[in-house]
Formats: sequence, C-alpha cells, structure tokens
Amino acid sequence: MASASTAVGNRSPVTTWVLRIVVVAYLFLLIAWPTGLIAQNTFRDGLDGMRSALGDPDVTHALWLTLRVSVIAVAINLVFGVGMSLLLVRYDFPGKRLLSALIDLPLSVSPVVVGLALVLVYNPRYGWLGEGLHDRGIDVVFATPGIVMATCFVVLPLIVREVVPVLEELGDEQEQAARSLGASGAQTFWRITLPGIKWAIVYGVVLSLARSLGEFGAVKIVAGRSIGNMETATLLVQREYQNFHEDVAYSVSLLLVVASVLCLVVVALLRPTEGSQPELIKEKK
Amino acid sequence: MSTATLTTGRPARKRRSARPRALNASASLGLGVGLLWFSLLVLIPLSAVVVEASGGGWGTYTSALTNSQTVNALQLTVGVAVLTTLINMVMGTVIAWVLVRDKFWGKRVLDLVIDIPFAMPTIVAGLVLLALYGSQGPIGVEFENTRKAVFLAIAFVTLPFIVRTVQPVLEEMETDVEDAAASLGATRFTILRRVVLPTLVPAIFAGAALSFARGISEYGSLVLLSGNLPNRTEVTSYRMASLLEGGNRPAAAALATIMLLVALLAIIVLDVTQRRLARRG
Repeated sequence: MASASTAVGNRSPVTTWVLRIVVVAYLFLLIAWPTGLIAQNTFRDGLDGMRSALGDPDVTHALWLTLRVSVIAVAINLVFGVGMSLLLVRYDFPGKRLLSALIDLPLSVSPVVVGLALVLVYNPRYGWLGEGLHDRGIDVVFATPGIVMATCFVVLPLIVREVVPVLEELGDEQEQAARSLGASGAQTFWRITLPGIKWAIVYGVVLSLARSLGEFGAVKIVAGRSIGNMETATLLVQREYQNFHEDVAYSVSLLLVVASVLCLVVVALLRPTEGSQPELIKEKK
Repeated sequence: MSTATLTTGRPARKRRSARPRALNASASLGLGVGLLWFSLLVLIPLSAVVVEASGGGWGTYTSALTNSQTVNALQLTVGVAVLTTLINMVMGTVIAWVLVRDKFWGKRVLDLVIDIPFAMPTIVAGLVLLALYGSQGPIGVEFENTRKAVFLAIAFVTLPFIVRTVQPVLEEMETDVEDAAASLGATRFTILRRVVLPTLVPAIFAGAALSFARGISEYGSLVLLSGNLPNRTEVTSYRMASLLEGGNRPAAAALATIMLLVALLAIIVLDVTQRRLARRG
C-alpha cells in the first residue's frame, strides 16, 4: 500500500481535488451512469418485464446453455491453467519462453478472428479436422462443443496469468522438503503447492467465469445461423433488442451485469489477501 | 538513465530461489496433453486463418486491401484505437494516480467500477452505452450510428488496461525519492517529469499495447451501438464478420491475418516493455 505521506499529493489540495473530480466524473459518465441506467430501464414498469422475460422458454434455455458452457469451459481451463503454470514455473524445457508468450495471444485476438479460426478447422464441410470428425458423428462448429471451444479460447490466459506470479513468489523449498521426506508428486501438489496458490486459482476462475458468461463475438460466429438451441444469453440479447423486444434484452442484460459485478465483488474481496498470502500460509503452519 | 539508479534503492520483492527442474515422465505427459489442447484450440485454428488467406497468394491481400470498404473500416478502426489509447494513456495514468495516492470516501467503489468494462459482456456494454448516449437517453444526445459511438464503445472497453498496469507500479514506488527531490528544491512539475513519469512509462506503454490491441479487435459492443454503416461506422471486426457471412472466406482470412500480425506486434511490445520493467525492479 502507498504510505500516507505523499510527496506530490499532500502539498497541493487544488490539484488533488481537480484530479479527484476529473476521475470521478469520467468514470461516472463512461461507466457508472450508463450501467445504472440498465437497471432503471429494466424496472421501468416494475417487475413485470423481468418476470415475463424469465417466463420465456427461449430466455431460460439461453441462460442454461450459457451457464453450462461457462462451467465446462472454466473447468477445462482450470485444469489447463494450473497444469501449464506448474510446468512453466517449475520445469525447464525448450521453447518455454515462446509458449509462455503464445498463451497470452488470445487476449489480443479479435473475437471474430477466434470464431473464424475455429470455423476454418472444425467446419463439418471444409474444415481441416471438421470433416473427419463429422464422419465419426462429432460436430464441433454449429454445436455446443464449438461454443465451449470458443469460450475456452478467450479465457485461456486468465488462470495462467494469475497463478504463475504466485508460484514464482512461493518458491519451491517447501515442495522439495516434502519430496525429500518421501511425499509423492500428487501428495506434494495437494498438500503443499495447492494451498499456496489456492486464492490465485479462485481469482482466475472467477475472472474466467465472468468472461465466459459474456462472450459474444466468437460464440456468434461459431454458433452460426442455427439460432434456437445454440443461442447463448448474449446472442439472445442481440436478437431480442434488434426485434424491438427491448424489455427482454434489458432484463437478460441486467442479469448478466449483476453476474459480472458479483464476480468482481468476489475478486475485490479476495484481492487484499493475495499480497500477504505467503506469510499467511506460514502463520498457519 | 538517472531514475533507474534512483529506484534501485527500494527493497526488492522477496523472491526465494526456485530452480526449474528438467521434465520427468509425468511432467512430460502433462506438457504433451497441454500442448495438444493448446494446438487444437489456438495454434492450428490460427494457422488455418493464415493458410486460408495465403491460398490465393498475395492477390488475396492486395484485393482485400484495395477494397475501399475494407480500407475505410481499417482506417476507422486504427484511428479510433490510436485516439482512445492516447486518451487512456492520460486518463488511465491519472485514474491510477488518484486510486493510489489519494484517499477519499468511496475509493474502493471506484476501484471496482474500473473493472466493470472488463467483466461486462461486450454486447451488454453496447446496450449500456446506448441507454445513456442513445436517442432515448436522458441527456438528449444521439450518438447511435455515428463515429462518436464507435469512439465511446472503444473508450469504454479499453479503460481498465492502463489503470491496471500503472497502479501496481505506483503502489510499489516509494515517495522518499519524491520527498528528496522536493527537499532539494525541485518543483512539483519537475518531480513529476523527472522522477514519477520515467518510472511509470514502461507500465503505461505495456497497458497502451493491450489497450490498442483490444481497441482494434472490438466487436460485441459495436453491434447494437454503431449501426455498422459501411464506410462510416463499420470497424474491421464487423467487416470481417460480414465478409465471412457473405461466403468470402479468403478475404475474411486475409483481414484476420493482418489483424493477427498487429496483435502479435502488440504482444512483442508488451513482452519487451515488461522485461525492461522487470530489469528495473
């Protein structure tokens, strides 16, 4: 944390206030006010809009699909993220730096490119792997697996980015001690490593979940025009809004906003413990 | 640089030595499975984009880049991304400064608000901005279907990046150097220019690379907001999606390859600046 005595800040109350007001105004106009309006628009006619939206089978189906896809994608990414972080920090292998840089790639790839890339490989008619998979009765694109893959793609770096720095900071002394005392690899992981990176994992999972629930572009391309059973919550928001069912669009949007803000609150509550984490673990011992 | 030597005075982060080991059997298996998944999910699909675009030789690129609608989309996208990144470099740094150095009621709420654009679904972000800046909004501006809307959406989604890269650096920076400079008679502006900014610059640029990469690739928040009028408010991502929908896969892939290159460039910039940052700290 910053110390209370701030060299520049303390001596200039005018600047402090100007900066404070500028920041608050900017954030209010760009983020807080528009976000608040969603709640206001949803409840303009009381609870009716929300109630009718939740009674719509399309809406409930889309919400369930989104939830299912997100949970699967986050679970896959959890295994991948934790495993990859361990490999990147604890082991040495050729191409490690390249791999670690490539894992960040999905952060800066357009969602449309993600969708296009997956369609090119997994399309049942012309895809590199899609044709073979289709012949074996597996459809990836224009089906749920494609939506899961698109979601996995966009959340891929989130857990690795959280866990790697914590693993680096923890060091491997305790793990080596455990191994030298005869603990197996699995025992060392569950009893020593995992408790140390627990909060980083939770943090990464929550971020991934928030991102999964809201993925739009990549999912839109991968779901194709097979609207209906492949429609996730974000796709439904677009369709309903464009069909002038604004009340439904607002209701589902509000649910998504509440979910993402809840994720943020969870993360904000976890964050302060993150820095002092290695010390906390030692105290418990 | 003088500041590099100044900042080495602060206590280095506690880091116990971790000696990476060579792979054993189970680690190799794990790496194999991980790489297989990474290839199936990311590497093979992204290569497919490049291969699809290169199928027609350079002709695909030249025809994609001479199509006036595509060129207009690229110009708008890059222009808006540059403009919003410049604004973020100023506003992001100022916001990070206020969050770290200032103390006032409600600061934690502000800290939470910063992350909203990152967590909020992009399609909802478009709807949210439409609620305030659309024709039905309470302040009576009509930004929908204009370039202002494109600018607004990109500014919204890229806001957290520079704040979140600058904030930790500011938090670790101790104020004694500033105090020393002040006691030696440096003005506030001099302290800002000679002490504070040089330390923050690598973080600002790392955030700017992320912000720019996100800015040029934005799609979801523009779908409802900008109207996607060809040659006026259509951005590259949307152009790519409509090319794909129209069945022109090579042109979409060519455009995607160009954008991948830009994304890769942003990552390299990020990697290099982070390394410089690490060497300093």
